[in-house]
Amino acid sequence: MHEPQISRRSIFKLVAAASAAGSLLPAGAEPPKPLSKHVNNPFSDPDYNNPTIPWDKPMVASELATLTVLVDLILPADEESPAASAIDLPDFLNEWVGAPYAENREDHDTIRGGVSWINTHAYKLHGREFKDLAEAQQTAILDTICDPAKAAPELAYGARFFQKLRMLTLGGYYSHPATWKALGYVGNVPIAGPYPGVPEEIIKMLGLEGL
Amino acid sequence: MAILTDRKSLREYDVIIVGSGAGGGMMGMLLALNGVKVLMIEAGRNYDPQKETPMFNTPDKAPLRGKGTQDRFFGHYDATVGGGWQVPGEPYGDKPGTEEEFWWWRPRMLGGRTNHWGRISLRFGEYDFKPKSRDGLGFDWPISYTDLAPYYDKAELMVGIYGSTEGLENTPDSPPGILQPAPKPRAAELLIKKYSKGLNIPVVPIHRAVLSEPMDGPARAAKLFPNNPSAQRIVGNDMSMRAACFWATTCGRGCSIRANFQSTTVLIPPALQTGNLDIITDAMVREVMMDANGKATGVHYVDKITRTDAIAKARIVILSASTCETARILLNSKSALFPNGLANGSGQVGKNLTDSVGSSMGGHVPELESLPPYNEDGAGGGHVYTPWWNYKTQEKLGFARGYHIEMGGGRYMPGMGSLAILDQKAPGVYGKKLKEEAKRYYGAVVGFAGRGEMIPNENCYCEIDPNRVDQWGIPTLRFHWKWSDHEINQATHMQNTFAEIINSMGGKATPKPGKEALNKPGEIIHEAGTAMMGSDAKSSVVNSFGQTWDVKNLFLMDASILPSNPDKNLTLTVLALAWRSADYLLDEMKQGNI
Repeated sequence: MHEPQISRRSIFKLVAAASAAGSLLPAGAEPPKPLSKHVNNPFSDPDYNNPTIPWDKPMVASELATLTVLVDLILPADEESPAASAIDLPDFLNEWVGAPYAENREDHDTIRGGVSWINTHAYKLHGREFKDLAEAQQTAILDTICDPAKAAPELAYGARFFQKLRMLTLGGYYSHPATWKALGYVGNVPIAGPYPGVPEEIIKMLGLEGL
Repeated sequence: MAILTDRKSLREYDVIIVGSGAGGGMMGMLLALNGVKVLMIEAGRNYDPQKETPMFNTPDKAPLRGKGTQDRFFGHYDATVGGGWQVPGEPYGDKPGTEEEFWWWRPRMLGGRTNHWGRISLRFGEYDFKPKSRDGLGFDWPISYTDLAPYYDKAELMVGIYGSTEGLENTPDSPPGILQPAPKPRAAELLIKKYSKGLNIPVVPIHRAVLSEPMDGPARAAKLFPNNPSAQRIVGNDMSMRAACFWATTCGRGCSIRANFQSTTVLIPPALQTGNLDIITDAMVREVMMDANGKATGVHYVDKITRTDAIAKARIVILSASTCETARILLNSKSALFPNGLANGSGQVGKNLTDSVGSSMGGHVPELESLPPYNEDGAGGGHVYTPWWNYKTQEKLGFARGYHIEMGGGRYMPGMGSLAILDQKAPGVYGKKLKEEAKRYYGAVVGFAGRGEMIPNENCYCEIDPNRVDQWGIPTLRFHWKWSDHEINQATHMQNTFAEIINSMGGKATPKPGKEALNKPGEIIHEAGTAMMGSDAKSSVVNSFGQTWDVKNLFLMDASILPSNPDKNLTLTVLALAWRSADYLLDEMKQGNI
């Protein structure tokens, strides 16, 4: 505020005598452009509008075919919301098990091992892989492994697999907007004016009057 | 003057500010509004929340449904660029012998951590400025609440805060005409309030830096800058262009409509409009330059794009690089005059490092099952909280100081973990029945997070690692940490309280011992104290204006200067301190003292 603005000049001066080392910008060099993105890690500075998955999806078509049947048994279509496969849950699971994080690497083994396990189990029981069984045969198998607390000891691996698959399917399914209305999530829309608060009906149901 | 995309700046500035977050942004704006030529140097890239914020993006459009990973801890859409707990190429470490591993959160973006924070904006109370006088522990501030209160008023008027006045002990209210109305609580928040009442635990509207209604820019600016017509015009117009919250999307993503406070949405835009602020991004400051008389002359930085050294000059240097980064710059600015690091005559730089005591618990509440749907997104964060309520019984608690409780529950945008409760509540269920169970349990969970005051102790500090440099050749920090019984016992108290509330609501919760329930040091991202203010040069690094005792034209303005770290979150206090410091600095410049 005390001195007039002088003509613009680069302060990229040679540090030379003043100070320490480092490679220096040559005199007269074109000034560099600043970074628009950092590139060390794709998730360090993601492009939200063009999401990329920087890892491979490891599962092959036959595994995805088995998972398609399984996720639809877990979350089938009804009047209000689609079948899990209709929003491509198997593809999501493939993305999930390919991720490099510790949790995903563990799930990779559980899910791929589990798909093989259930096909072997189906083959031993009925001479066919799981997806080719009649639905009643499929659910009969699931009924033996769906609750880890009740599954027979020799089916423990299958139970652990199903438990993991069920939770991943629930997470992937209900984090997709196609399922939200049926679930009861009605947000992510702008509201003008003050926040409306809790509807009177719920105030009465929960006895929240006067709070 | 502007963001210097051509990398060309003036030959010399009045003031250099290192960092563009709360402290740097507020100082930069106030100085620029008063005609001071300011160069702001930011280690991260340029960032424009109006263009870049993924406001309505849904989880299916993100890797792994947007779930948090070690690369993006708070989820894919969190407004953190170029960093997190780890910044590629910029390591830090633990000092041998430390009991805990310190986590250091750093973004590398214009506006720093103000882009991502929780916007909880509570004034420190009267007791918080004089803790040592009350219980003999830690340090008193050289100022009291009444010294800072007018600047809290200004910061709140500038930023826009929603909240209420409750008249509670050591929980200051704002004068009339400053706060905007608090949004109505959600169902889960009201239910928590109902049951907490029976336990004599207060639940009141929280204060957050979110606009609940449009700002009357000209009226506010006239109050803030009574003798500065151009500041009134610039700030008034800019405030009026900020939109009120539209009650959707979480604040952690940032806010493209500028309804919440980020340095990049509230402070930097008017500052740039003055024509007095230049900003260089992607520039990592390694040290403060000094002359032979012990005056600061500028800063030496590494241009990250060309990987070359450069110098910027000014009459005054302000470090607002964040608590630990500011200490790092000071400790790396060694010279014959300052062999132990700059402004470190007291030996206190890097010492007294604190973070909030953090602990949390979630619980299932049967009454919240199967409620009729309504829109519970709200203000993108909490509407209510519990301020510390045990001042009268403090002596019996086994720890000094208090905590507040942040709480929530209900039907937020579903993510990967939103139905995790079904693993316990509906094991073995699949098919159409599972969809029924999902509807029943979605949103029937409440969560509590305690944020408490840690008392500075001699075992918690950072220092330069003698054996390591980062990819820019700058010596890195290493950390040493040991919780005291105060923090551990406080976390136990949090756990017991949360369990008590959840159980009173019909849930089943089991508290953990404090030592197990404590968040990591640094995990709450409320670091403070590494260059604290005090009343003399022997025991502190700066005076109450952030001016270093040892170097008259060197100021620090971030949470490094806080002598205590009350439970009330730091950002609002940094904003208020910055305003007070800017007034002082302008006056000193006018009088020719600096």
